[in-house]
Amino acid sequence: MTASTDETGAGPREATTGPTADAIRETCIAIRELDAWYGDIHALRSISLDIAYGEVIALIGPSGCGKTTLLRCLNRLNDEVEGARVAGSVRLDGQEIYARPVDPVALRARVGMVFQKPNPFPKSIYDNVAYGPRIHGLATDRAQLDDIVHVSLERVGLLKEVRDRLDEPGTDLSGGQQQRLCIARTIAVGPEVILMDEPCSALDPIATARIEDLIDELAEDYVIVIVTHSMQQAARVSSRVAYLNHGSLIEVGETNRIFTNPQHKLTEDYITGRIG
Amino acid sequence: MNMTTVVLLLSGVGIAAFYAGRSRALRLGGGIDAARHLHSLPGYYGYFVAIWATLPAAFVLLGWLLVRERLLIAWVVTGLPESIRELPPGQLDLLLNNVLNLAVLPDAVAADPVIAAATEHYRAAVEISQWSVAVAVGALAMLGTWLALRLVRPGFRARNRVEAVISRFLVAASSIAILTTIGIVLSVLFEALRFFEQVPLHEFLFGTSWSPQTAIRDDQVGSSGSFGIAPLLAGTLLITLISMLIALPIGLMSAVFTAEYSTSRIRGVVKPLLEVLAGIPTVVYGFFAVLSVAPWVRGLGEALGLDVASESALAAGLVMGVMIIPLISSLADDAIRAVPDSLREGATALGATRYETIVGIILPAAMPGIAGGVLLAVSRAIGETMIVVMAAGLAANLTANPLEAVTTVTVQIVTLLVGDQEFESAKTLAAFALGLMLFVITMLLNVLGLTFVRRYRERYE
Repeated sequence: MTASTDETGAGPREATTGPTADAIRETCIAIRELDAWYGDIHALRSISLDIAYGEVIALIGPSGCGKTTLLRCLNRLNDEVEGARVAGSVRLDGQEIYARPVDPVALRARVGMVFQKPNPFPKSIYDNVAYGPRIHGLATDRAQLDDIVHVSLERVGLLKEVRDRLDEPGTDLSGGQQQRLCIARTIAVGPEVILMDEPCSALDPIATARIEDLIDELAEDYVIVIVTHSMQQAARVSSRVAYLNHGSLIEVGETNRIFTNPQHKLTEDYITGRIG
Repeated sequence: MNMTTVVLLLSGVGIAAFYAGRSRALRLGGGIDAARHLHSLPGYYGYFVAIWATLPAAFVLLGWLLVRERLLIAWVVTGLPESIRELPPGQLDLLLNNVLNLAVLPDAVAADPVIAAATEHYRAAVEISQWSVAVAVGALAMLGTWLALRLVRPGFRARNRVEAVISRFLVAASSIAILTTIGIVLSVLFEALRFFEQVPLHEFLFGTSWSPQTAIRDDQVGSSGSFGIAPLLAGTLLITLISMLIALPIGLMSAVFTAEYSTSRIRGVVKPLLEVLAGIPTVVYGFFAVLSVAPWVRGLGEALGLDVASESALAAGLVMGVMIIPLISSLADDAIRAVPDSLREGATALGATRYETIVGIILPAAMPGIAGGVLLAVSRAIGETMIVVMAAGLAANLTANPLEAVTTVTVQIVTLLVGDQEFESAKTLAAFALGLMLFVITMLLNVLGLTFVRRYRERYE
């Protein structure tokens, strides 16, 4: 794979570099002066951030700093919240996602999301994964749908665990399996970006390790934006880290650099445990 | 001394005992500091003494009130002359009734010397018994107070005792509901059994003709009546079906609107309005049905060239459906709102539209709650009486045609019991058999609903 830098808009995914390469990567999401409010609460203040293809970027910061709000602005999930407002620009492959003609429903097929608490639907394992492809009409027949479901489950390492019980409820799985099911459900739709909102905070350490391994594997094919409270986790899974405080982006940089040599006083205080 | 005075005095003793117990605890505990030395708060010692002062005495009083009538009558009977005691039970009862009626009138004197003597006898017995009960109650109250006061010491665990008594009261309160239900079921059951002595069970269950006309007097020429329940069940079922066909879609859709689509402001207006609909008395729905809807249905039917009875199952079912809409919409709204937001967001984040989310995720997840609500609504429709009494008519037609007049189980119970009836006749007893039938059907529905809901829950939550 070769890096292409000449064209910022609508770059095909094949043109990305591997996650470990340090070459200049093509921008996937460009956030410019993004502000967000819930009613009177000013949750995000003038955030500008570029997220490139092939990277795993971790959003860290104290509770209430706006990490999750920023994440939810990227798939317009905040549209569903009464009283939420957004100003500024978010471009996905050069296309403004807050522009009038953009259908948030179509956007969300390209920007998937995994939540803090595993939230499998009260349906069978199969139907959980098949739900997205069905509503987007991705499969024309049952065989194709079976294929999508199997590939997605295989991708998250769940297929060998549940192969014989695809028709059992997804809610019967363990917490870690449920979260992997939710990831499988997300990638079944074929997104470019996966947003993860503290995906391991409800899981035990072993399940957490599995999810982190999975994030490493998925990073080859998807842009991953992960919100986490655990700085160890940020250090383990991400290639870049963005530190937010009180709705403002304080610092962003290579993971190693942020944790070893933070430029900003606030970042240093946070990663050394003095605030947050 | 009459019973009201006794009760008032007992309450007075209770209050006095409370203060006596509390002040004794405070004194033994050492005055101002008492709270530190006492095991329980001072008030608990007061309650403890008050309970001992009043509760045993109250039980004696209650016991007396329960057996009073029977004891007094037995007393009067023993005082009657031999010849009268030998009378057949019916005549003896009549005579005793006379005595009791005379006894409550202060100046009444019976013409018959035997009755007059018995009345005097009765009055004396009432007087003596009331005094002795008052004395017994008073003595018990005093004894209880004294014993309890002796127990009051700083180390005495008054709070635990008082709380134990309170928990007994709670148990008693919940048993009252259960015992009452059992009592009602048993009384209906026994009357129904008496009915089945006269009309065989299979005739009742499988007979296709309902015409409960029996001779009221022996010399009357009347039909022997036929008690086949099938037309009533068919009518009940038909009307229930029509009402559910109206209420289920409309109620469900309005619930989806209020729970998923409306803003909180619209919801604040719509929900109370729906609840007003639920508060309308059924008799009002009844005359709405019979005066407005039934003629309208008839007119519409005639315009279409159909033959519609003036009291049609359709009219009653339509109005009953409207009555049930708020029940279904309110319960379904609760069930839908109980679905965790995480599922909504999960589906939305996958790119599902709001409609796809509702149909594919929310409604299936809310199904146990919705099904429970629907079963409640069905029970309500089956048991509903007023609307069908007014709008459905009395003709026991075995038909599936909603344009004909039908009758329901509840309507027949009402008509069987209204007016002068001989209690022993099959006609009157049939009402109890119908009531039992109704009870069994609704109970089966509820059991069915609960098992369904439970199984569904186990699978998906």
